[in-house]
Amino acid sequence: MERVRRSLIEPNSLPAWVQAGPFALVFLFFFIVPLVLIVAVSFWDFNEYELLPAFTPKNYLQIFEGCSKVDDLCTTVRTYLSTLKFCGLVWLVTLVLGFAVAYFLAFHIRSSNTQTLLFIVCTIPFWTSNVIRMISWVPLLGRNGLINKGLIGAGLVDKPIEWLLFSDFSVVLALVHLYTLFMIVPIFNSMMRIDRSLLEAARDAGASGWQTLWNVVVPLSRSGILIGSIFVITIVMGDFVTIGVMGGQQIASVGKMIQVQTSYLQFPIAAANAVILLALVLMIIWALTRLVDIRREL
Amino acid sequence: MSGPPMSRANARQPGFWPLAIVFGLFVLFLYGPMLTIFVLSFQGPEGGLVFPMRGVSLHWFVKLAEGIGVVDIWAAFRRSLKLGLVVAALTIVLSVLASLAFRKQLRGGNALFLITVASLIMPSIIVSLGLGLQFRLLDTGLKSLLEWLEWTDLLEGFGTSMGLYTSALAAHLTWTLPFGLLIMFAVFNRFDPAYEEAARDLGATPWQAFRHVVLPLIGASVVGVGMFGFTLSWDEIARSSQAIGDLNTLPLELQGLTTTVTTPVVYALGTVTTVVSFGVIGLTIGLIALLRWRRKD
Repeated sequence: MERVRRSLIEPNSLPAWVQAGPFALVFLFFFIVPLVLIVAVSFWDFNEYELLPAFTPKNYLQIFEGCSKVDDLCTTVRTYLSTLKFCGLVWLVTLVLGFAVAYFLAFHIRSSNTQTLLFIVCTIPFWTSNVIRMISWVPLLGRNGLINKGLIGAGLVDKPIEWLLFSDFSVVLALVHLYTLFMIVPIFNSMMRIDRSLLEAARDAGASGWQTLWNVVVPLSRSGILIGSIFVITIVMGDFVTIGVMGGQQIASVGKMIQVQTSYLQFPIAAANAVILLALVLMIIWALTRLVDIRREL
Repeated sequence: MSGPPMSRANARQPGFWPLAIVFGLFVLFLYGPMLTIFVLSFQGPEGGLVFPMRGVSLHWFVKLAEGIGVVDIWAAFRRSLKLGLVVAALTIVLSVLASLAFRKQLRGGNALFLITVASLIMPSIIVSLGLGLQFRLLDTGLKSLLEWLEWTDLLEGFGTSMGLYTSALAAHLTWTLPFGLLIMFAVFNRFDPAYEEAARDLGATPWQAFRHVVLPLIGASVVGVGMFGFTLSWDEIARSSQAIGDLNTLPLELQGLTTTVTTPVVYALGTVTTVVSFGVIGLTIGLIALLRWRRKD
């Protein structure tokens, strides 16, 4: 019915599929097809010169070669664990920080102009170069950087602290620096939809500030927290640029492993790793959505 | 307890100051490091990568203009600029068109939306690997086709189908288009269709209604979509890294330079690229203000 009515009113209007066509074709050819190819090629064979179409599990077997021992973890498992560790740390910090910033903007800033202005202040760095934002930590964290000089000057340490730069610390710091925005935006968005009278009702019913926060604001910001978490987790799980630059190219990650294998043209192994990474990421997302649903059920 | 947030009570709610301090520190955390490399890029000729400043000069900008070692940084600069403009234009056209389609009955609309969101959250290394693989297999296919056709001249001249306006453009679009579509969704959620209906009732063709009614109303957001397209492309590394072909974009060159260059020239380059980003943001805000102002007339 709808369709008939529309076509009567808009005799010359382009059909919807023509309008969506170019957009859909980009994703079909440059997103869906590459993903299908990754899955297919992960079962292929290869030699030094070319890829050989086949159906063999040997790429997967090679990735997990020697991984059956429990006491002595193989490289693959260690790399995955290290990536998960970064992922967990960055997720925790960005979630707490992002939630605090979003809460401040949504509930403590009363004028909507100030709110917009402060929000834009938070988003502008997102539109500048990530690599520049990473290397901008060098003059602060390096051996002779501002922080070490300050600490030595204040007599707090005798010699420069080495673990500030090109370390796990600097990787987490840079990831938090780059991606907290991905938490702030969706959480702020859900907080702005919360009916303010609910907070009043909670207060009138005698809830303390923390009780209101935990029992009203957090559950109602659920979708924002979920979206932000998915963003941050998927970015960190696949990251190789930040871990590379901020880790001084010395720290392993799954993304970096795939990148190195690709640069040696070991496409089938890289593809198998990508499939495993994708499965892991999907499992985390699934677990997150379950976790959130269960909270609602309780 | 003090009043609700929207009340006219002047007293700040409890928790305001601690959170205000957190917010202030967060902004310092965001901008502080950027400010230091901005200052350090004006380091004197004798100066190094860290403080103190040994004089103030444009020395490192001059060095930058001369080029960094074997890397032709200005060619990369121009390539990124051109690619960014193409990406911005395509992002505007494709996502505005697609968002118009989503306002009608679009068969498979849900699937398309899910795919778009999946592309947004897919780890970039996977997208990049997939595209690299795709274009390499395409190369193999094209070569055997040329062999089969015995077009030896073409075969000898053929290098790879990977390049700035093929695989890299595709990689950037998988990243910018989801942002474009989501912004347009937010715009049309707040859009009153009564304006369009009025235009149609007055006898406007669909194109006239779009051109003279819808477009002026959504113009500012369309400019914003273009800015997202350009700035995301201008800084993109992860998705194009495995699918770039022979010539690198500026951020890819920059990533390589971080390990090899040990002078403030890399800060000068950082300042220049950040100025371009800020220039685009400023231009966008200016354009949006202009569009709003013209609408009021």
